[in-house]
Amino acid sequence: MKPILNFFKKIEPDKKKSPFLHTLFDGIFTFLYSPNTVTAGKGVHIRDGMDLKRMMVQVVIALQLCYLFGTYNIGHQHFVALGQHTGFFDAFHLKLVHGLIKLLPLFVVSNLVGLGIEFWYASKKGHAIEEGFLVSGALIPLIMPPDLPLWMLALSVAFAVILGKEAFGGTGMNIWNVALLSRVFIFFAYPTEISGDQVWVSGLEKMAEGGYAVDYGWAHSLFNGIFSWFDWSQFDTSTTIDGFTGATPLAMAYEGGWDKVTQFYTESQMWWGSIPGSIGETSKPLIIFGALYLIFLGIASWRIMLSMLLGAIAMSMLLNLWGATPFMTVPWQYQFYMGSFFFAMAFMATDPVTACSTNTGKWIYGALIGAIGMIVRVMNPAYPEGWMLAILFLNTFAPLIDYYVLDSNINRRLKRANATS
Amino acid sequence: MELLNLFIKSAFIENMALAYFLGMCSYLAVSKTVKTAFGLGLAVIFVLAITMPINWIINEYLLSENGVFGVDLTFLRFILFIAVIASMVQLVEMVVEKYSPALYTSLGIFLPLITVNCAILGGSLFMAAREYNFGESVAYGLGAGFGWFLAIIAIAAIREKIKYSNVPPGLRGLGMAFLLTGLMGMAFMSLMGIDPAAF
Repeated sequence: MKPILNFFKKIEPDKKKSPFLHTLFDGIFTFLYSPNTVTAGKGVHIRDGMDLKRMMVQVVIALQLCYLFGTYNIGHQHFVALGQHTGFFDAFHLKLVHGLIKLLPLFVVSNLVGLGIEFWYASKKGHAIEEGFLVSGALIPLIMPPDLPLWMLALSVAFAVILGKEAFGGTGMNIWNVALLSRVFIFFAYPTEISGDQVWVSGLEKMAEGGYAVDYGWAHSLFNGIFSWFDWSQFDTSTTIDGFTGATPLAMAYEGGWDKVTQFYTESQMWWGSIPGSIGETSKPLIIFGALYLIFLGIASWRIMLSMLLGAIAMSMLLNLWGATPFMTVPWQYQFYMGSFFFAMAFMATDPVTACSTNTGKWIYGALIGAIGMIVRVMNPAYPEGWMLAILFLNTFAPLIDYYVLDSNINRRLKRANATS
Repeated sequence: MELLNLFIKSAFIENMALAYFLGMCSYLAVSKTVKTAFGLGLAVIFVLAITMPINWIINEYLLSENGVFGVDLTFLRFILFIAVIASMVQLVEMVVEKYSPALYTSLGIFLPLITVNCAILGGSLFMAAREYNFGESVAYGLGAGFGWFLAIIAIAAIREKIKYSNVPPGLRGLGMAFLLTGLMGMAFMSLMGIDPAAF
């Protein structure tokens, strides 16, 4: 490690002369080495090195299983739609490579744009870079459909980072969740790219005469060359199909309730996640594993997760009792087999910056997200899924909930103080 | 049930401040602290809930063709509605001045300015245009007022929170309030599109 440290010492740019380069340097340097400015040995300060960057990296680690499964599932859904290699583990290499070809550009673009803007702002303001985008940059690709045009992603990330975060003063100051803002931007500005039945299966192109052809680029042909060398199966560039059902279970449940869903997908399929959907949201056990990891480390609030789960269960039971539309009659436990509830619960609602910061507030906040999200999902014909908008809605009210929780605490203590004195 | 639907619809789905962007001047100007925003919000609920039924009676029995005069006097709507609103606001002002002088001074000019708060006149005109009946006009007045109240205390809490943020100097104050309003409107779109009557 010594030579690397020496190398960094040698190339450290001058802060005055080139602030941008210095910010960039500082960002990369603190990635590899923890800064050596620590609190002095005297005093009562907590001297753990658990800084923002380490905390954020834990979230990124918790997301890795979702990344692995999401990558593979992109490829799997693609081949299922084509009718080739329909077994889950058939043609493993093709599915993995196809997933990587779709997911990597999304990841690179979202991080380049987001981190680029952050670096630029940090150098403008003249302070060290705030690593706030690490988590957002890892979350954003997971909540997008696999075939999203990259310029659209870049635009939405720029919108979310500039207007949603930097305008508020940077990391830790934002009111709305940055990853969700970028998704909601696409959702309202380019709705056809992020909703409907066709967008969740990647790599297919609609032909003029009807039907679909595969949409393979240079990367696929490159890998075809490699696979032919190993004598493995290859991407078939000449395939065409007449059509496919890319509908998510939610869209089916809206039309025909649980009966319609089970005609297409089995319960274990939905639970383990080999269904079309946003990239990272499909596999519930892996997300729950990530959530437990975050709870174990004390990074995400278990209060928010638990209350959100309870709120959603209570609301779906109420809707069961009402039962006015097919979607309302879906048994409450099956609501959790569909859609992105667990992903939103584990990684979106628990964002410590945008959630309530008082414990009582967290219970209220989580329960309301659960209830409102379920209402939007089941009752709003305009939106297929509710958690994104429910979380943004409650982000709006989080400061207000905190304000009144604090207010009531103050009043209660004042009363007690007055009573004893 | 119908009335409850209308209440929910006017409060959350067709929020006066965040879906129609009505009543913006006091919404932006008095939302610096939650306390004053709370007071103004209550005043707006009160004025909306009182003026809406009164305006409904005026509209139905004085101005419409089937009213006591038997002539179509709807061109007088604006001036009569405004007169009713202004007198109600005077009442509110006197009550607030009597019982909460602190709130009265902190609201300042914006309390009498509720008279020209477009959310209130807008509410009455929506009521007339959509031909609500008496019960509906009460529910609509309460719902619209409650929605506006929620919006203003929410933005006030956010503005109290970002007081401590390092907002770029050019955006401080009103610029930030505009940005917040836009983003809040986006968050409120979660409920837009739900039609309570469809169930």
